[in-house]
Amino acid sequence: MPIESLQPSSAKPAKPVKPVERVRGVTIRLVGDSGDGMQLLGTQLTNTSALAGNDIATFPDFPAEIRAPRGTRAGVSGFQVQFAAHEVHTPGDTLDALVALNPAALVTNLNDLRKGGLLIVNEDSFEDKDLKLAKLKTSPLEEPSMENYRLVRVGMTKITKQAVAEFGLGGKESDRCKNFFAMGLVYWLYGRSLDATVRFIHGKFAAGAPVVAQANEKALRAGWAYGETIEAFGNSYQVEAANLPAGHYRNIMGNQAMALGLVAAGMRSNKEVFYASYPITPASDILHEMVKYKNFGVCTFQAEDEIAAVCSAIGAAYGGQMAVTTSSGPGIALKGEGIGLAIMLELPMIIINVQRGGPSTGLPTKTEQSDLLQAMFGRNGESPLPILAASSPGDCFEIIQEAWMIATRLMVPVIVLSDGYLANGSEPWLIPDVAKLSPIVITHPDGASASSTFLPYGRDELLSRPWAIPGTPGLMHRVGGIEKENGTGDISYDPENHQLMTNIRAQKVANAAKLLPAQAVTGPQSGELLVVSWGGTNGACLTAVQQALSEGRSVAHAHLRYLNPLPHNLGDILKQYETILIAELNSGQLRMLIRSQYLVDAIGLNKVQGKPFMVAEVYEKICELSSPAPADAVLTSRAG
Amino acid sequence: MSTTLPVLKPSDFTSDQDVRWCPGCGDYSILAQMKKVLPEIGIAPEKTVFVSGIGCSSRFPYYINSYGIHSIHGRAPAIATGLKVARPDLTVWVITGDGDALSIGGNHFVHVLRRNVDVNYILFNNRIYGLTKGQYSPTSFEGQITKSTPMGAVDHPLNPMLLALGAEATFIARSVDSNVKHLAQTLKRAAEHKGTSFVEIYQNCNVFNDGAFGYASDKATRDDTTIEIEHGKPMIFGKDRDKGIRLNGLSPEVVDLKTSGVKEDDLLFHDERGDVLHALLLARMRHPEFPEPIGVLRAVQVPTFDDAMRHQMTEAVAKKGKGDLHKLLTSGDTWHVE
Repeated sequence: MPIESLQPSSAKPAKPVKPVERVRGVTIRLVGDSGDGMQLLGTQLTNTSALAGNDIATFPDFPAEIRAPRGTRAGVSGFQVQFAAHEVHTPGDTLDALVALNPAALVTNLNDLRKGGLLIVNEDSFEDKDLKLAKLKTSPLEEPSMENYRLVRVGMTKITKQAVAEFGLGGKESDRCKNFFAMGLVYWLYGRSLDATVRFIHGKFAAGAPVVAQANEKALRAGWAYGETIEAFGNSYQVEAANLPAGHYRNIMGNQAMALGLVAAGMRSNKEVFYASYPITPASDILHEMVKYKNFGVCTFQAEDEIAAVCSAIGAAYGGQMAVTTSSGPGIALKGEGIGLAIMLELPMIIINVQRGGPSTGLPTKTEQSDLLQAMFGRNGESPLPILAASSPGDCFEIIQEAWMIATRLMVPVIVLSDGYLANGSEPWLIPDVAKLSPIVITHPDGASASSTFLPYGRDELLSRPWAIPGTPGLMHRVGGIEKENGTGDISYDPENHQLMTNIRAQKVANAAKLLPAQAVTGPQSGELLVVSWGGTNGACLTAVQQALSEGRSVAHAHLRYLNPLPHNLGDILKQYETILIAELNSGQLRMLIRSQYLVDAIGLNKVQGKPFMVAEVYEKICELSSPAPADAVLTSRAG
Repeated sequence: MSTTLPVLKPSDFTSDQDVRWCPGCGDYSILAQMKKVLPEIGIAPEKTVFVSGIGCSSRFPYYINSYGIHSIHGRAPAIATGLKVARPDLTVWVITGDGDALSIGGNHFVHVLRRNVDVNYILFNNRIYGLTKGQYSPTSFEGQITKSTPMGAVDHPLNPMLLALGAEATFIARSVDSNVKHLAQTLKRAAEHKGTSFVEIYQNCNVFNDGAFGYASDKATRDDTTIEIEHGKPMIFGKDRDKGIRLNGLSPEVVDLKTSGVKEDDLLFHDERGDVLHALLLARMRHPEFPEPIGVLRAVQVPTFDDAMRHQMTEAVAKKGKGDLHKLLTSGDTWHVE
């Protein structure tokens, strides 16, 4: 067909004239070169779908190299999103649609596309040189297996070039517009509005390169028009808005929510936030967010190393501020001695670990949950501290509020665990009503009311000590890493005192359970199988349990947000089920803790592949460990 | 009616803790001079914080009645940086030793200096690990026999002043534990400087490295082995003040004022605000070839890190207004579900 007919004339695309098929939900993955802007496209599709009222969950997956050799398998970057008219908790298992911008991206992702799924490829990038880069002898598009999919070949490079020809861009620049062409096509396919992305394009490029902005918008609209025009697409799809709880929403990524959570906790406690960090994937984005909030009383310090980051935070905490340091596993290892000092000094601070694949450098951009035991035990001596883990991107906000409340109430550093999946994944977030956020009350002892014998390590009913800060007359005291006498804080090598202080530091952390809610269970309160999860695997486990429940299986789900101390009622819960399954992205770390604490013969579902659980993996394990429901039960359950 | 501030005395800065250094340790002298200087500076004890790392010297904060942190090995500068940035109203001292500052804490040493955080950084250099009972340190000399180098140290020692100059420290000084008058004067100058004030103190460990700086502390020799440098004054030394330092090209040389015919005006004049190169030449003057300079080597005014950090926060408020949490949370694309 002539290219001219693809040029949309109006500012807004015409209402589609092709038939529209309604679907409950879609899982789509966009894959291409790491330089192709796949993450940007994915984010745009996510935001647009969220604005359309769908529930969403996303999974960005990119290489550690900034620009791996172009066109190679190592350089493939992908972004998966599930958007649906119902609640979703994962980015989806198998793909309904795959958009592949080059052969390397196609062959490394095709396995995840369901049979009969839609496969859109940029036909222009399947030339001999492209195949060679992907280490392919023949074009995968010519394989007989392509019959399993609804393959649509689109000459994206050529069409885009012609569509933006009027702007006189250079070859490379016009080539770069092809991702927006692909985007426009996807938007047409799922009946998405172009508005938000057009706004984004002009916001991003207008100031520096208005022509580029115009060209990208043109490419986007050309993609839409192409879908509407060519015969390869018989219809488009419509995903209705999901029935989410009422309120005001935005789309949010884990690292973003973490940063907003820190700002909010600082304001709620009337504290400046001292945020110290050293760049590390996948935690650096929290720093990039925090630097924007200096007008909220946020002081950001990019330290010379991980150790300086945690130590400067200790200094700020001693000075009376809300001190925070963030990192990933390797950095937390370096911070270990500093965290031990904070425990010994009994100062409040927040330590965030955005976990990634380990050990050592491991898989920097991939997700894993293998730092739980590091958080528990990765320091010398007996040095317990509270550990909390966020369960979804949006939950990163709330978990910080709780962590800061515990840290200041008990005068203890708190570790918050996130992971690469939560950090970069996103979901619709019900924005909290600021007016309803209660203050986090912190009191510092006042010198005027102090008795002549101030006890910096005196204890209250939860064994917390007073947070006396420099500048307060009459309360001068020295703190240090050497064991100190309870009460006075003076250096003490007394054996009985060391026993006492070790016990106090442990009991103080255990007392956190008194400040936290009881563990809740989804599903029957007793039965055959309990699935236990923590951190970013909540979505996959919950979805799998819900599926098994709907089929009448006797299964329940307990997702833990508090890992140390464990919720006070967890022991009782574990006794209510015949089998306990603990699903985690490590070789059984929570399982080790639960087995040792409750003497429960828990079974593990474990995976260490740098990837999150698929719902099917958890579901299969549930089926293996529970009996199928009797036929009548299924009927009842379905009818119900 | 005027209110007068209470006059502080050294005893106001004396804590209730027993001092536990070995009898005869050079640290006692430094502690005494510090307590003498602190009231003169006039900062209230509650506004003063001493931060230390690990080592004999690092016990220092326990013996001063102020706020204090005895932290972990090498990390005092990092802790002090966080504290000073968080609380610019406080006067922060870092107390460290040659192992603490230059070996395990070498990274933080360089960075606190190049950032010019407004803290006073006092290095007790005794060329040995005392607390761990006598291993060689980064300032031990080549061939030094210690518990861990029975055949002599093979490493080349580090010159703390040169390292500080490499980081373009804004205040660099040196003094000697037993030269109490000079020491007090130097600590006071350090306290008065805005920015990182780095002071190297030659400190005697009479148990594990006795007399390491004997040449510089012994009254019989010190006038010939050290040179008290003063801003704007010619560099003259010797018991009879009969020797001087002259520049020969870019190299300093010792000249005899009595016999060489060189006049005072021909000598090198000390300029603490001069080019780094001047300080570099002085820092390179080592015993026994040269008298070692004591006093303030360099003192230049450069904006401090803590001021700059606070300034950005103030500027952000001026530009964007004071942060509004509701606006922040609801910014960007949002939607409403009924």
